Amino acid sequence: MAILSQAAPGETSLVSLWVLIVYLGFLLGLGVISGRLFRGTSKDYFVASHSIGPFMLFMSIFGTTMTGFALVGSSGKAFGLGIGVYGLMASWSGLIHSAVFFIIGIRLWAFGKRLGFVTQIQFFRERFDSKELGYLLFPILVMLVIPYLLVGVISAMKVVQPITAGMFPETFPHASKALSGGIPPWLSGLVICGVVLFYVFKGGIRSAAFAHTFQTMVFMVTGLIAFLMISNSDKLGGSVASATEFVSQHAGEKLTRGGLGQLHFLTYLFIPLSVAMFPHLFQHWLTAKSAKTFKLTVIAHPICIAIVWVPCVLIGVWASGLHEAGVLKMPLLPDGSPAENTALAMMVKQLVSSELLSGLLMAGILAAIMSSLDSQFMCLGTMFTNDIVVSIAGPNRFSDRQLVSISRWFIVGIVVVSYGLALALQKSSVFDLGIWCFTGFASLFPLVFAALYWKRVTKAGAFASILTTLGVWLYFFYQDIILEVSGKAEYLVAEMMPVTFIFLASTVSLVAVSLATRPPAASTVDRFFPTAE
Amino acid sequence: MSKLIIAAAILLALLHQDFWWWNDVEPIILGMPIGLAYHVLFSLLAGGLWLLAIRYAWPHKLEEWAEGQTQHNVDEDSKTTED
Repeated sequence: MAILSQAAPGETSLVSLWVLIVYLGFLLGLGVISGRLFRGTSKDYFVASHSIGPFMLFMSIFGTTMTGFALVGSSGKAFGLGIGVYGLMASWSGLIHSAVFFIIGIRLWAFGKRLGFVTQIQFFRERFDSKELGYLLFPILVMLVIPYLLVGVISAMKVVQPITAGMFPETFPHASKALSGGIPPWLSGLVICGVVLFYVFKGGIRSAAFAHTFQTMVFMVTGLIAFLMISNSDKLGGSVASATEFVSQHAGEKLTRGGLGQLHFLTYLFIPLSVAMFPHLFQHWLTAKSAKTFKLTVIAHPICIAIVWVPCVLIGVWASGLHEAGVLKMPLLPDGSPAENTALAMMVKQLVSSELLSGLLMAGILAAIMSSLDSQFMCLGTMFTNDIVVSIAGPNRFSDRQLVSISRWFIVGIVVVSYGLALALQKSSVFDLGIWCFTGFASLFPLVFAALYWKRVTKAGAFASILTTLGVWLYFFYQDIILEVSGKAEYLVAEMMPVTFIFLASTVSLVAVSLATRPPAASTVDRFFPTAE
Repeated sequence: MSKLIIAAAILLALLHQDFWWWNDVEPIILGMPIGLAYHVLFSLLAGGLWLLAIRYAWPHKLEEWAEGQTQHNVDEDSKTTED
């Protein structure tokens, strides 16, 4: 390592790359170990036999919700919009995520534990006495999870190239000097997908939980180190206060919320409700050993969100000030504007002088990304196996071992598709892609809330809500992404987030159609509203 | 107690909309402009609120129901024991 760190004059040291390689090797080892603990049953592969304790559950859930969106997306968005990004996402999430874990998560866990559900769709099918509901919900959930997967893969691609720039100038030349010689997106995406696939393949959700616990600790510690290193940089004056002072001189508007409307800020409250319908979170909830396991998650989640988001938002704002002052070089998009998604990576590359730390920081960022990708891959495999294969072929058609195998190979297919899509869409905004995914899930919140707390909700109401959500979501998505009616600005409707209207339409259709149709059977109501409560 | 927790959560949600220093940078607290420092405090208060919820509004009956000995849970327990 010492030799590797001493690069020849004019060459870039490979130390940071070696750190990353060692880290990825460690993850592969973790996959092998958790694969040995795998009990061979589908129940163990899908929900770890309900054996996960409080600390691992917290790490799994927190690691899953902190994605490339939280690190790369937040710093990139703060580069363009300023400190308001924290209030838009992080502080709302602190309040609402924990509320959802408390009022939705524990209740769904209880039904999973008592009635034996493995997937979200199984719950909805039983709750509404409808197999067809599952066939409608499955493609919609997959359609919404895939953009979330892409956020992770694209973020990984965006991070590795700038940090490794200059290492291989002849092998990987690039028109932009800030990216030339860096590991290209196709290669970094391939490696990250391959590593995640390996450990998920070996040990299923238990493997993912082990990896989460380890990776969440890694990205939190390295994130704090990155923050300290960057804030101590001479270019920013050597402290957080001087960095803020520097930004006030060069990009003062980024320290206020002048660029944000009041309604825009307010209606972001709907976005964190999405966690109630994330299929990958549902699967993690079911791994909990007991209801008490949730306590640490509910309390610690808001505080840990702050620990991750504050540094990322400040780094994005500082990057903006440095860029305005002509100190920070950023790769440019075809329209000549700076590539916001690379803000975090460019700050690490240009302000952290230690190659070893740069490598650790790169590993930390990728840890956050991978700890979400694995859950998303897992949940898609689980849903396909349980909600489609078993539902169509019957519960006795395949052995337990065959079910695990089907899930594994479906995951391989999803990884291949995600990788291809990420290559095609790598110039998309990570933040905006994530928001559209969250919008869809958040708009299905009325469905899960009513299923758990409203006895009068009916199957027809559930269908109406899902179809309305799909229709209105597609309409707004088409306006924003295909027609680009708002140009580069965030797409708003009457100065509000589109999720406001989709959520409203979903709720109205659910309530109106439920009240207009025959109440559900008493046996169903009795099953899901235990008298003991 | 659950109603008090719900009321506190609604109050906290209302306090999220801090329009009163929308365009202010100062005061700077711990190196952060006020618009950011306030929301960091908000996150800490959210943690405090959920601590109270866990303490005073825990769904004990639901928990007992979930842990009850249904045939499914009996099967689960015997599988775990065998392992």
